[in-house]
Amino acid sequence: MKKFINNNDDFLKESLTGFGKAHSDIINVNLDPSFVSRKNKTKDGKVSLISGGGSGHEPMHGGFVGHGMLDAACPGFVFSAPTPDQMQAAAEHVDSGAGVLFIVKNYSGDIMNFQMGAEMYSGKNDSIVTNDDVAVEDSTFTTGRRGVAATVLVEKIVGSLAENGGSLEECKKLGEKVNKNAGTMGVAFTSCTVPAAGKPTFDIGDDEMEFGVGIHGEPGRKREKVQASKTIVGNILEAILDNLKPEKNEKNLLFVNGMGGTPLTELYLVYEDACQILQSKGVQVTKSLVGNYCTSLEMQGASITLLKCDDEILKHWDSPVHTAAMRWGM
Amino acid sequence: MSVSFLISQAKSVQKVIDENSAEIEVLDQKIGDGDHIFNIQRGLKLVVELEDSIKDLPLAKALNMIAMKVLSGIGGSSGALFGTFFMTMAKSPDLDKDVDFNKACEMIISGIKAMKERGKADVGEKTMMDVLIPVSEKLNELKNKSEFKSGLNEVIKIAEERMLSTKDMLATKGRASFLGERAKGHIDPGARSSQLIIDTICKSVINN
Repeated sequence: MKKFINNNDDFLKESLTGFGKAHSDIINVNLDPSFVSRKNKTKDGKVSLISGGGSGHEPMHGGFVGHGMLDAACPGFVFSAPTPDQMQAAAEHVDSGAGVLFIVKNYSGDIMNFQMGAEMYSGKNDSIVTNDDVAVEDSTFTTGRRGVAATVLVEKIVGSLAENGGSLEECKKLGEKVNKNAGTMGVAFTSCTVPAAGKPTFDIGDDEMEFGVGIHGEPGRKREKVQASKTIVGNILEAILDNLKPEKNEKNLLFVNGMGGTPLTELYLVYEDACQILQSKGVQVTKSLVGNYCTSLEMQGASITLLKCDDEILKHWDSPVHTAAMRWGM
Repeated sequence: MSVSFLISQAKSVQKVIDENSAEIEVLDQKIGDGDHIFNIQRGLKLVVELEDSIKDLPLAKALNMIAMKVLSGIGGSSGALFGTFFMTMAKSPDLDKDVDFNKACEMIISGIKAMKERGKADVGEKTMMDVLIPVSEKLNELKNKSEFKSGLNEVIKIAEERMLSTKDMLATKGRASFLGERAKGHIDPGARSSQLIIDTICKSVINN
């Protein structure tokens, strides 16, 4: 393992402290319990949005704290859900009285810890659970689909509604709509290495890829030989379109997300392939996002998310945002 | 059950988990994401380090401190589940009186029941509950028997059988559930760590 690291026990604390210093104009970092919050207090009457999850997916979620997006984020250890005391402390710190909406990715550990955090917090609160990964089956008998890159879109879009005075109920409703309208699928070329483990999470041949990989390097559904980008992108989009079934005249946001170790040059190539394939299928792309937003440490690979957009979603996507990782309109 | 019993058990469990850490790590990398062993080891270290702050406390307070430490210091599913376990034990009535074998069984049974509710997982889903639920049922049978030491040997056996039975299961809960058929053929890492914990504690009670 080659990483910038001093010692394992301080890895997260040192990284968070650096993050706090680098973006001191936007956010504050609290340690013990750890949470990232906006530098400016949540204004009265504004619903607070709090997300969180294991670290290792940066910039998610700390990088999305700021105007027009989250009010706080709770980082757990690398790939481990944060703890309930973090959610409780973050909620107490940011809630202006209008209530707290927790945005949780559908992973067992996240669900349980956020539930306990919500039980421990005495103020008004509610939660939404994202589950956009179409690579795994959804069923009432299982944990269901994973919550992955579309969580970024949920946080941006619901963040805008909250900034514009949306109530807790309205924010939850919009978040659920965005989640339902989104589908994601990822592919990995290499594994990632959890610092505490010191070695790659999985073995993968030089000519192989993991199709449908999760954001922790957990295996997907198929191990295949690497193919041309157009073929990979075509297979991903087929799975997503099969699931989302967008209408011909519907507007869509196309989000190409890097897993951390793939250069932007390749991500833009993926975006181009995806645009061509979608065009040939009569699927309209009107909004775009390309970059490393929901990563898996240094994993090489990418995920594609398609989000069906109505006017409400489009309006809140375009509205101003100012966070460490996403900024436009202000 | 006493505070000194809890501390000495935590130390023995820590030793056994450390000895088996490589195996658990590999199991988790096969069907999970490899964090389980680090979470368990971090949790045990934190509990063992609590010794000086809890050794003179009443049992309920000590259990509560352990619960909060586990809950805030581990993270992931293990933190929430084991935190729930200790928190529930701490809420048991009459902890200021002597906690005999029957009472300890009742506490453990209620702790496992709370874990089951928190994780919404039942037997047959390839999780630690595949070991813990049958163990809790066996303890329920044993709790009013006078000769419990031979019964604990059965608990050890049940834990081992149930741990091994997770190998051929499909996972429907937890991180491994995303794997479908590919999770088959591997023992669940949480089932293995839970079985080791039960094995260690039962053996120590039998030998004392």
